[in-house]
Amino acid sequence: MLLTIEDVKKTYPGARPVLQGVSLTLDAGQTLALTGESGSGKSTLLHLAGALDSFDAGEIRLAGTALSGLDDTGRAALRRDRVALVFQQFNLIPSLTVGQNLGFHARLAGRQDPVWIEELTERLGLAELVARYPEQLSGGQQQRVAIGRALAARPALLLADEPTGNLDETASTAVMELMLDLVRASGTALFLVTHSDRIAARLDARAHLSGGCIA
Amino acid sequence: MIGAALQALASHWRRHPLQLATLLAGLALATALWSAVQAINAEARASYARATAQIGSGALDVLEAPGGPIPLPRYVALRRAGWQLSPVLEGRARLGDLRVTVLGLDPVTHPPLPAFTAAMKRDAAMLGRMLAQGGMLIAPPDLAAILTDVPGLPKVQVSDSVPPGMVMTDIGVAERLLARPGQIDRLLILPDQPPGLTPLADLAPDLQRRVSRAGTDTARLTDSFHLNLTAFGLLSFAVGLFIVHGTVGLAFEQRRGMVRTLRALGLPLRLLTALMLGELLVLALIGGGLGLVLGYLVAAALLPDVAATLRGLYGAPVAGGLSLRPSWVLGGLVMALAGTGVASAQALWRMVHMPLLSAPGLQAWAQRAARGERRMALAGLGLIGAGGVALVLVPGLVGGFALIAGLMLGAALLLPPALALVLHLGRRLARGPVGDWLWADTRAQLPGIGLALMALLLALAANVGVGTMVSSFRLTFTGWLDQRLVSELYLTARDDAQGEEIARWLAPRSDAVLPIRSGEFTVQSVPVTVYGVVDHPTYSKNWPLLEQTPNAWDRVNAGAAAFINEQLARRAALWSGDRVQLAPGWTLPIAGVYSDYGNPTGQAIVALPALLSHASAVPNRRFGVRLSPEAMPGLMRDLRAAFDLPASALIDQAGLKAQSLAVFDKTFVVTGALNLLTLGVAGFAILTSLLTLWSLRLPQLAPVWALGLTRGTLARLELGRSLLLAALTALLALPLGLALAWVLLAVINVQAFGWRLPMYLFPADWLRLFGLALLAAGLAAALPARRLYRLPPSELLKVFANAR
Amino acid sequence: MRARLALLLLLLAALPAYGQGYAGLGSTAAEGFAVPDPETRLNFPRDHGAHPEFRIEWWYVTANLTGPDGTDYGVQWTLFRSALAPGEAAGWASPQIWMGHAAATTPRHHYFAERLARGGIGQAGVSATPFAAWIDDWQMAGTDFDSLSLTARGAEFAYDLDLIAEGPLVLHGAGGFSVKSADGQASHYYSQPHYRIKGTLTLPSGPVEVTGQGWLDREWSSQPLAADQNGWDWFSLSFDSGARLMGFRLRGARGDFTSGTWIDAEGHATALAPGAFRAEPLDKTEVAGRSLPVRWRVTLPDRGVDVEVAALNPQSWMGTRFAYWEGPVRVSGSHAGRGYLEMTGYE
Repeated sequence: MLLTIEDVKKTYPGARPVLQGVSLTLDAGQTLALTGESGSGKSTLLHLAGALDSFDAGEIRLAGTALSGLDDTGRAALRRDRVALVFQQFNLIPSLTVGQNLGFHARLAGRQDPVWIEELTERLGLAELVARYPEQLSGGQQQRVAIGRALAARPALLLADEPTGNLDETASTAVMELMLDLVRASGTALFLVTHSDRIAARLDARAHLSGGCIA
Repeated sequence: MIGAALQALASHWRRHPLQLATLLAGLALATALWSAVQAINAEARASYARATAQIGSGALDVLEAPGGPIPLPRYVALRRAGWQLSPVLEGRARLGDLRVTVLGLDPVTHPPLPAFTAAMKRDAAMLGRMLAQGGMLIAPPDLAAILTDVPGLPKVQVSDSVPPGMVMTDIGVAERLLARPGQIDRLLILPDQPPGLTPLADLAPDLQRRVSRAGTDTARLTDSFHLNLTAFGLLSFAVGLFIVHGTVGLAFEQRRGMVRTLRALGLPLRLLTALMLGELLVLALIGGGLGLVLGYLVAAALLPDVAATLRGLYGAPVAGGLSLRPSWVLGGLVMALAGTGVASAQALWRMVHMPLLSAPGLQAWAQRAARGERRMALAGLGLIGAGGVALVLVPGLVGGFALIAGLMLGAALLLPPALALVLHLGRRLARGPVGDWLWADTRAQLPGIGLALMALLLALAANVGVGTMVSSFRLTFTGWLDQRLVSELYLTARDDAQGEEIARWLAPRSDAVLPIRSGEFTVQSVPVTVYGVVDHPTYSKNWPLLEQTPNAWDRVNAGAAAFINEQLARRAALWSGDRVQLAPGWTLPIAGVYSDYGNPTGQAIVALPALLSHASAVPNRRFGVRLSPEAMPGLMRDLRAAFDLPASALIDQAGLKAQSLAVFDKTFVVTGALNLLTLGVAGFAILTSLLTLWSLRLPQLAPVWALGLTRGTLARLELGRSLLLAALTALLALPLGLALAWVLLAVINVQAFGWRLPMYLFPADWLRLFGLALLAAGLAAALPARRLYRLPPSELLKVFANAR
Repeated sequence: MRARLALLLLLLAALPAYGQGYAGLGSTAAEGFAVPDPETRLNFPRDHGAHPEFRIEWWYVTANLTGPDGTDYGVQWTLFRSALAPGEAAGWASPQIWMGHAAATTPRHHYFAERLARGGIGQAGVSATPFAAWIDDWQMAGTDFDSLSLTARGAEFAYDLDLIAEGPLVLHGAGGFSVKSADGQASHYYSQPHYRIKGTLTLPSGPVEVTGQGWLDREWSSQPLAADQNGWDWFSLSFDSGARLMGFRLRGARGDFTSGTWIDAEGHATALAPGAFRAEPLDKTEVAGRSLPVRWRVTLPDRGVDVEVAALNPQSWMGTRFAYWEGPVRVSGSHAGRGYLEMTGYE
């Protein structure tokens, strides 16, 4: 198992519980769609799986590492080495160019592969844009850069939180197609949070979050 | 609609109280330092004007005898020739334990004086008491309170119309107090002279007519000092405005969304602009008001030292009390309003020209920054050039300050381009993605934090420059004191008779008795003190000559040449080899020029017999005594016992040096205080710009954090980045500060005091200042860094969510 | 001449404050000053000199002059002495203050000047033998009192006159002891009203050779004026007959008081009984912002005098620190002649 989530609970200070014992597993190379109502805790679960935040109870194992035993530094190292993230927005580092953004995570993880990055750049249609800065790109272009950067690091697990949520229908479809193609081609596992049944249907597995539990 | 809009606008400040506090603090600081300086200047100028009016003879020409007093019979003879003159005798006298200026006038012939008129108005018999019946001293309240209890003095009359530190009295009383019977220092030439008089040049060719100058001597002498203060005030103001600019810019930036919404809801742009202008006006008034209060407190704290400086250095009559004057209160508010306007103009302009819908920028930040920095570099170079041109076109103090202004502002504008260049080079050296990002991100931050860094640059450069100037001055001054004060003991006798007696008594008991005798002369219508010295190796071995001709001392001792001080040399453009006319019929070649840092006025040195032959009545009361240091305590005791001398009449070399240095240090207390305040304001500017940038920083930091950097690492990097920028700024401030020091020493000081000082470098001070700059930047960055370190991950994650 | 005594006191007391604070002087006691004594016999030339033990003293010359074209002129030369304390001392310690007034009057213009000086330093003073009275460059001096030269100059005028006495000194009152009031106030008072004058008067239009006659008053005392008296009109008239009349009117709350001296052509003086001399104003003229009587009817029935006295120049205003009217007059009626008029206290 690449990712095991066992009876995880999470409550933010001063709010009602978000996750009330969620369990879930994901194999290497598998793709999983997580759906649910707004505010059902989809994003929170994804963040926990990505070692972005700590949880109150239960356990999460990522590539054999128990996340509950990690401190800030350990979580950061795990994010760097094992996972890659694509959020709905503000994925990119504004002070770096598209080309620098593309290579950033890979360099951070110590797995920079110029040939692979070159290929990704080509396939994502970003060749013309490498010298630009994120603020000069459209939303769709920015998300393609984010996907490219995530995959360039050759992560075991790609976590994506509504990556096309801010895009229009056409762009959304194009970006999603591209991402799924690349994920499959590279054998990366994908944990995708989405509200779209159409997209969820195209993935290997599907889980629905409701009332803080997997339905 | 207006109410709702106002509520929306105000809600921003409720949600960001720190931002509001920062904005008000910036405004208050800017206004405070500016107003403080203006209040001090206004108070001093008012004191001069009051003193001029009170002494009442500022606009009249005067007759003076070169080198000494005018004997009373000369006055009577000129009167009997028809000339309408009024005699004045002025000097310092010790009344009880106080040294005061005694101004002796003839109330019968003197033009109306406020102090006298007011006294007569109260009591018609006053004239009788002033001129007869033992006389009367008219003194300002503080002096009067002390003098009333001094036994043996004439009756004391209190008057607000007498300048501080001065006692006015009848000339008959003054000649007793000053022990100068039958002497007159100057004759006022009264305005209405009958026609047909024999010209003064024929009647009294030995007397010199000094033409009254526009404004008073004190005002002229102290102009440079006040210009100095004003320059500092302006610098502080500019530094304060950096804070305002940053905060207003941020507040407008953060309200872009709200402005869009309000406009989308149908609020006209014009009304919105007016409302925001009104909001700024209110804020400016509040901040300016706070600043005025603060400025008053600062001025009240600094004024006693300034007054002491002005009195000590220029003999300017300045009281230590501060009053609220409309001039600087209104001036301060206007500056606060204008400053807010200038600092907010850019933000307002952007708001007005903001499109209703946002679109991706055509130009990236890097290109915008590069273009901005190119413009800044050009403007900076232009300003520095303009400063240089100004100095050439308007030589003197104003040109010097124009050069400083151009240099400082130009350098400030050059700072961001220079830093960008350094960061660009640094990035090339960077290893690894984090280093790469750090340099790039620092570069990207530059436009936001640039203003604060400019403020820091100005404050640091001012510190280096002024510090170098003051320290160079002090070093030179100390060395000069060592050369100048050679005698082991200095004494002042009560009068000439006692002086002679003491000199006779001392002759067998010491190695040498050197009389210190001087007379007042006029060179090129400026008063000059001429000292007569005896032929003794004490002088020829030690005197601090800047330049000299061969056999200089031999020629001076023979009465065939004179030395002049640097002030006179520069003012009169006379140097070694030129000839100086000390009095009609007394012209001497200049054998050398000596440095003289004790006062801003001109001096000359001649052989004592030469002085006495041109001015017989110069007092003979002060002496330098050479003797072995072991013999001194005994001799001082014997002297006091034999001549009943007060403690103050005898002072040893060390004591005199300590006194001189104390006066020196007092002179620069204010400069030091303003310097430190400016640095504090600059530190605050960095803090505020970092705090205001905080919310803009999160979207830049969150992706890096998500990609695997801990908050701790990021906080350390943030701190390091600030330290790096401060360090770079401090390094760049060093050459700027040294350039400033050079201008101060070579241009400003020459104009202000009349001397040019060698420049010394004080690397230890730079190191201390460098540390101080890092400390200031570190402290300023620590708060945001700590906040970042403690930030819950959920806050960082919000950046990526749609909720933003 | 009591009027002039008051004038002097007022002037000197008011001097430093320039017009302020002369109120109350009328009651100041004479601390330590000598008091005029009826037993005193005047002794010349000694008494031409100063008497610093007395509070006040003056040397007062007025002259009616005529130019070559018949134009009338008037000239005034006055040296006042006022002591802040009795006695004299050398240098600035002297308690004496001196004040000079000089004026030149033409039918169209009136020029005046003022000088102030401290005693003790030599800027002003009087010596009896040889006689000299001076302040700054103004001077009245001669080998003796009968032959004097008189000089003064102001911004717009100057004069240099020779005075030759053509008659004896006139001692007023009893041998020069002149009682002034029922309260016993008195002064030492004599005159030389018989000067023949010749000299040069320089005006803005140029120098004029002049001749005429002059009247010199000498008076010293220590006693001030009564508190209720607020002004006076003083006349010195020289008739073509050779007789002369000095008379004054003091205007006070207790009614007017007049007195004077009749001097016959031989120079014999007779003191006039109080009230014998009368003066009534006829015409008033606007002078320096106030209304002044510049034409008078003067009568002395005992001597058959009933004349009209008219100012040569109604604008003879002395705009000095303490201002007053003093100028030459023409006399017509029962007696023809010329003279001087002084008026103070008109507000």
